[in-house]
Amino acid sequence: MTAVLQYEDAMAAFDPVLGLEVHVELNTASKMFCGCSTAFGAEPNTQVCAVCLGLPGALPVVNAKAVESAIRIGLALNCRVAEWCRFARKNYFYPDMPKNYQISQYDEPICYDGWTEVVLDGETYRIGIERAHMEEDTGKSLHVGGATGRIHGADYSLLDYNRAGVPLIEIVTKPIEGTGAKAPQVARAYVAMLRDLVRALGVSDVRMEQGSLRCDANVSLRPLGTTAYGTRTETKNVNSLRSVERAVRYEITRQAAVLAGGGRVIQETRHWHEDSGTTTAGRSKEMAEDYRYFPEPDLVPIAPSRAWVSELRGTLPEPPAERLRRVSAEWGFSDLELRDVVNAGAVNVIEATVAAGASPQSARKWWLSEIARRANEAGVDLEDVRITPRQVAEIQALVDSGTINDRLARQVFDGVIAGEGSPAEVVAARKLAVVSDEGALSTAVDAAIAANPDVADKIRSGKVQAAGALIGAVMKDLRGQADASRVRELILQRLG
Amino acid sequence: MTPTTMPDDHPARSGSGDHHAKIIRQTAADLAAKIRDRQLSSVEVTRAHLERIAEVDGEVHAFLYVDGERALADAARIDAKIAAGEPVGPLAGVPVAVKDVFAYSGAPTTCGSKILSGWLPPYDATVVHRLLDSDLVILGKTNMDEFAMGSSTENSAYGPTHNPWDLSRIPGGSGGGSSASLAAFESPLAIGSDTGGSIRQPAAVTGTVGVKPTYGGTSRYGLVALASSLDQPGPCARTVLDAALLHQVIAGHDPCDSTSIDAPVPDVVAAARSGDVTGLKIGVVTELGGEGYAPGVEQRFRESVDLLASLGAEIVEVSCPHFVYALPTYYLILPAECSSNLAKFDAMRYGLRVGDDGTASAEQVMATTRQAGFGAEVKRRIILGTYALSSGYYDAYYGQAQKVRTLISRDFERAFGQADVLISPSTPLTAFQIGEKVDDPLAMYYNDLCTIPSNLAGNASGSFPVGLAPEDGLPVGLQVMAPPLADDRVYRVGAALERALTERWGGSLLDRVPELAVPA
Repeated sequence: MTAVLQYEDAMAAFDPVLGLEVHVELNTASKMFCGCSTAFGAEPNTQVCAVCLGLPGALPVVNAKAVESAIRIGLALNCRVAEWCRFARKNYFYPDMPKNYQISQYDEPICYDGWTEVVLDGETYRIGIERAHMEEDTGKSLHVGGATGRIHGADYSLLDYNRAGVPLIEIVTKPIEGTGAKAPQVARAYVAMLRDLVRALGVSDVRMEQGSLRCDANVSLRPLGTTAYGTRTETKNVNSLRSVERAVRYEITRQAAVLAGGGRVIQETRHWHEDSGTTTAGRSKEMAEDYRYFPEPDLVPIAPSRAWVSELRGTLPEPPAERLRRVSAEWGFSDLELRDVVNAGAVNVIEATVAAGASPQSARKWWLSEIARRANEAGVDLEDVRITPRQVAEIQALVDSGTINDRLARQVFDGVIAGEGSPAEVVAARKLAVVSDEGALSTAVDAAIAANPDVADKIRSGKVQAAGALIGAVMKDLRGQADASRVRELILQRLG
Repeated sequence: MTPTTMPDDHPARSGSGDHHAKIIRQTAADLAAKIRDRQLSSVEVTRAHLERIAEVDGEVHAFLYVDGERALADAARIDAKIAAGEPVGPLAGVPVAVKDVFAYSGAPTTCGSKILSGWLPPYDATVVHRLLDSDLVILGKTNMDEFAMGSSTENSAYGPTHNPWDLSRIPGGSGGGSSASLAAFESPLAIGSDTGGSIRQPAAVTGTVGVKPTYGGTSRYGLVALASSLDQPGPCARTVLDAALLHQVIAGHDPCDSTSIDAPVPDVVAAARSGDVTGLKIGVVTELGGEGYAPGVEQRFRESVDLLASLGAEIVEVSCPHFVYALPTYYLILPAECSSNLAKFDAMRYGLRVGDDGTASAEQVMATTRQAGFGAEVKRRIILGTYALSSGYYDAYYGQAQKVRTLISRDFERAFGQADVLISPSTPLTAFQIGEKVDDPLAMYYNDLCTIPSNLAGNASGSFPVGLAPEDGLPVGLQVMAPPLADDRVYRVGAALERALTERWGGSLLDRVPELAVPA
């Protein structure tokens, strides 16, 4: 068992420095260097050709849409866009890489030297962006047999090259300092912000569970009050927001224990284990592979014209931090409420629901409770639950008008998500509207009073709070389809 | 070794020897005209060449693979097209041999290497596609130094090719199979690829014509890469016009090759027909001659300079001082690129797989296969290139070589300010004996001394036969170098030389190739 320090003890002695590398898989129709489809989930090795299989003689051709997406991401991160840049080959042998080199960018990234902001608990953190560069994804290996699921010790491996050549943008931060104990949350908030930004740009589906947004987290510690960076580790493939926070937190406690015990942190890549919430040592960077980068001779340099760049600048969405500050002011959420909304990836849907007429609090309530629960159960994003912000607003309007109550609303959600039609149609079809017929209500109230004479006596003698029991009886009688406040009025009228 | 197939009705059995002997000595231009006019059929012409291959290739070994049935089927289809009056390409029905470095769907493509044995490309190289699209008939794939590394074709994993001028000598390399197939009259046309002289040096030592187009002038798509920034497909032929006609067929922009130039193809055919050098300024490169050049090479070169002057060209001397660094520069850039390009040959997806005993790791199988599948020269260059790109050495080797490459390009730019074309001997020496230099890589590399600068700078360059060296009776080539996209000038000068020399000799130089012993 690896020794770790309590987080608070670690923070009492050390100052964490982060560096985050995020790979975003673009949603271009075709791959980075060939015409093959990028659609997720196809039968293995059905979306391949001579180019992405790296067959002898085949040559890459750059996908212009991927370059456009790279530039838009760079601009949204306040980067400078290179006037001239090249691809480079990163050479290493691995079976899931058909050419045994990856076409990437090295010392000439398309976007560099930018910054962005993340908002956490009402505080804004500025994060420097080192670079955003283009590269191709590798294929996928499935190692069969063996204990670890890794290539070493496996009986055999299966390779699927459908993903080989899918365009990726790698976004690398400058060292993130000064976050103190909030480092894990800042890391998470940064990745959440990138996810929202990239989605707003429309350049990626950013489905972390499908690996279309992947994060490598570099963590180092230095004694409090010092400035020199400590030795860092790089935890690879941390693929959910929660894991980003947990992995950074774990690495801080692990490294703190090593340092506190007089040891030395080894510069290495580490693997994240979702189940145990720990990291284990991978390849040591002290025996680092030499990637022998050199300019890709099969491709010509890319020189985006300034006119094109400024045209693309005009297509950018509102910066995420600015947007958060704006909606936070408009919606009046507490810091905690806002953080939950951001972490749930619900800013977009809430904004759309508010735009469709719902109040911010009701929109937040539905998306973070009813719909979030269904999304979790189905293992999908909020936006993939089969209900639109407009429908959510319609349901709330039915509540506001007294047609249904919150309890009935849950059944309306069920119906809409099950595809039974619009909220109004579901209410009609399932006969969910509250009973507003005074005659029916009166009958039910009279029956409840008659059945509970002792409760009625208490109310008559002034114990108004006892009305709850009678309201409950009426609601039960009417199968919940009544406006509780109107029932209360009727009871008090009779017994007042 | 790939099996060579012949059709059932093989002409060796049907005997039409004399007629066929006449067919195979004709130019591609003449054959095309006769096929188009239906004086000859493509089937007949194809059959004549298949017969010749069957007769002499046992000695020459120009081909690694011949598919006679496929060739004859293609020929029959083209004959039918012509009979139906459908439009066809300018070389319709003419056979062509393709260097085994181009993907040709369904035909084994080995690059002269064991590591690719058994691989059948599922697609056609752009050059191959254009040949087929223009109605040429592909006879088969020609021998080459493994992955185009060599100047003698001795590095082929499938055995050397022999020079038809003297079977004990090399036909040049890496495209020795293509050049030998022309000199042995096994094919009227051939496709080569030129990375440091692999079209021009074999042309020079076999008395044939070979042109390396401007880099980007012909598509590299489907050409198995040796060094991407240097490789260029090009035409090989026995006459300047034939080379130009073939050039016209294969050249032009290809959206599948990012380094392909989107510009009109220079009118090389008109230039080859004209051959007018009146007033053309021809620069003799000081640095490409003198010590280390065979006396016969120097003599034929000087005579050619005088000949060009007599035809109305203006001769000037130009200096390209950085050319002396071309060879070391090339032998850093090429290995660096090839070390990366050849990484894909790892036994995982196609080709040879060695050592997969069920217990070895993927990494071990990769290493064992590469150890077994690559020859010594390939390994030498992969090791050199891996070293040159290594962290800490990159700047000193690869980085520095790229700087010198720029200086060589500037030498060309300056020289082309003083002359319309530059000329030099194509090679310092004539064809050497098979086995003579196999243990001396540096002596082997020396053969490409004159041709390498044009690969580094990317300009057009061709080799043309200018006679036999008096001391050994072997062919000598003259190299014509033109600025990028001025490929037509190469052909103009080549055609002027060819016309004047043919007149002087009273026929083609290749008329003097010794008769190959034809088995009875």
